[in-house]
Amino acid sequence: MTESRPPILETHGLTMRFGGVVAVNDVDFSMAEGELRCLIGPNGAGKTTFFRCLTHQYKPTGGRVIYRGVDITGSHTHQIARRGIGIKTQVPSVFDGLDVRENIWLSARRHHNDRESNRVVDEILERIGLTAVANRLVGQLAHGERQGVELGIVLTGDPDLILLDEPTAGMTHEEVHRTTEMIREINRTASLIVVEHDMQFIKAIANRVTVFVQGAILVEDTMENVLKNQEVRDVYLGKREVA
Amino acid sequence: MKFAIDLKDWNTRGLIFVGAVMLALLFAGPQIFDLFVLLKVILLISTAMLALSMGFIWGFGGILCFGQSAFFGIGGYAYAIAVINMGESTVPLLLSVLVPAAFAMLLGYFMFYGRLSDIYLAVVTLAVTLIFYAFIRSTSGEEYHIGNARLMGFNGISSIPGFNWPGYPDSPLWPDDIFYVAMVLLILVYFGLRYLLRSHFGRVVVAIRENETRAEYLGYDVRFYKMIAFSVGAGIAGLAGCLFVSFNNFINPDVFALGLAAQIIMWVLIGGVGTLVGPMLGSLGLQMLYNWLGTQTFAGFLNTYLVFGAIIIIFVLAVPQGLQPTARLLALRFLPIARPPGERG
Repeated sequence: MTESRPPILETHGLTMRFGGVVAVNDVDFSMAEGELRCLIGPNGAGKTTFFRCLTHQYKPTGGRVIYRGVDITGSHTHQIARRGIGIKTQVPSVFDGLDVRENIWLSARRHHNDRESNRVVDEILERIGLTAVANRLVGQLAHGERQGVELGIVLTGDPDLILLDEPTAGMTHEEVHRTTEMIREINRTASLIVVEHDMQFIKAIANRVTVFVQGAILVEDTMENVLKNQEVRDVYLGKREVA
Repeated sequence: MKFAIDLKDWNTRGLIFVGAVMLALLFAGPQIFDLFVLLKVILLISTAMLALSMGFIWGFGGILCFGQSAFFGIGGYAYAIAVINMGESTVPLLLSVLVPAAFAMLLGYFMFYGRLSDIYLAVVTLAVTLIFYAFIRSTSGEEYHIGNARLMGFNGISSIPGFNWPGYPDSPLWPDDIFYVAMVLLILVYFGLRYLLRSHFGRVVVAIRENETRAEYLGYDVRFYKMIAFSVGAGIAGLAGCLFVSFNNFINPDVFALGLAAQIIMWVLIGGVGTLVGPMLGSLGLQMLYNWLGTQTFAGFLNTYLVFGAIIIIFVLAVPQGLQPTARLLALRFLPIARPPGERG
């Protein structure tokens, strides 16, 4: 269904080298507008580095990143964010010394005036279920709650494409369930790329899955086919030789 | 954010207390201090303002500038050169803010847009103040002048006209008047910074201190915000330099020297990083301590600097958070008031 839609994000030959180590190797990636794509792969496969190249946290050593037809390879991180790409990082990237409300407010205020921002903050706090801890410092919250705050910060910006790096890491079963529901809901209005290790979670949300191995794309298919794929099984069971 | 005035709020009470003390000092100062003390107080106001500038950019902007003295000196020299040429102090006063602010913006542009890391930023700013120190010291010759103002090298510029009533160059301010001007400027700068820190700009600056990467992910250009915050701090330091010069009627290259550069860091460290009142208290306390030590003889052989240094080391080890945060913690412990979350200043 998504095949007929125009691509929201493409990479052409995206490469990221750290000295002699090639973390992302000549990756050609494309996803359609409105799609929910999951990235899986063993640790060190280059998934997080791929995300960082997309948001210019790392300046790619080769290749191009195209967002809605515009080359954003050389754009700064804040310019990419302003184009409508939001990211939730693996380790919650939040403002620990500020309270929950202000964390969300800083995101809201970028897009709205003061009065409107306060309204949006209340709405988002309700949505992520953190109204009760709105006045607590984020640094004092549990890991799962901090994840929630970061998700709230991202959602407040109302991005068109959201990159989620291990959104359920460290979450309780109940929090994972709530996050699953939330991601489905978010996908009604935004495209998502989700990096995860939790296969149950991926099964619950994924339409199409991209498997990363050694910085390159091994296979791209439906979750069902990926699970049946012998090469993927070999990678996860450690049978495939590491170069 | 919802910024309603809540008298039950500890921060609001603190702000009212600080405002009341400052206003009391403003109105009572010339009545309770004799002329000699009043002149010293004016000097302390100047250094408190310098400490405030550093407290803002380091404590709230997360920018450790080791050369804040450069902006103090530039402000002082800008005032001196302008007032000697113009013969009137109003425009020179404005220039003492604008010139260091503009210079800081230029320097900040290269540092922040060049993505200089914190440690290199400290080194570069220290190098800048030392370059000014070396350069101004070498300007003794007659060829070094700007208009009618000779720079005079290491001897410094003397007989610099003090403040006059705006538009009346022949009506200089008396020490009482200079005190009022200095105190009003300090109050304006303090409350101006408090206001700035509560504004959208100020909250973004604090957010950048907390997590630069996340601020960028939100779409804020951290380079721009840092550059502006750095420039605001430099303008305030320049104003402090202007007060210092107008009170002393003298300036020499020592304002750029390592000694003052290090002292500013000490004032903020002792007073409390991440606060505004703390750095002012730090500068006040350390200078009073230094002056008192200067009048003492320690067994006839102990160097004053040695005792001063030892006291600072012991203080930093014993009260690592600084004066204001420690006083606040003690107040919270012994007074029945709730700490509002999310506030540090």
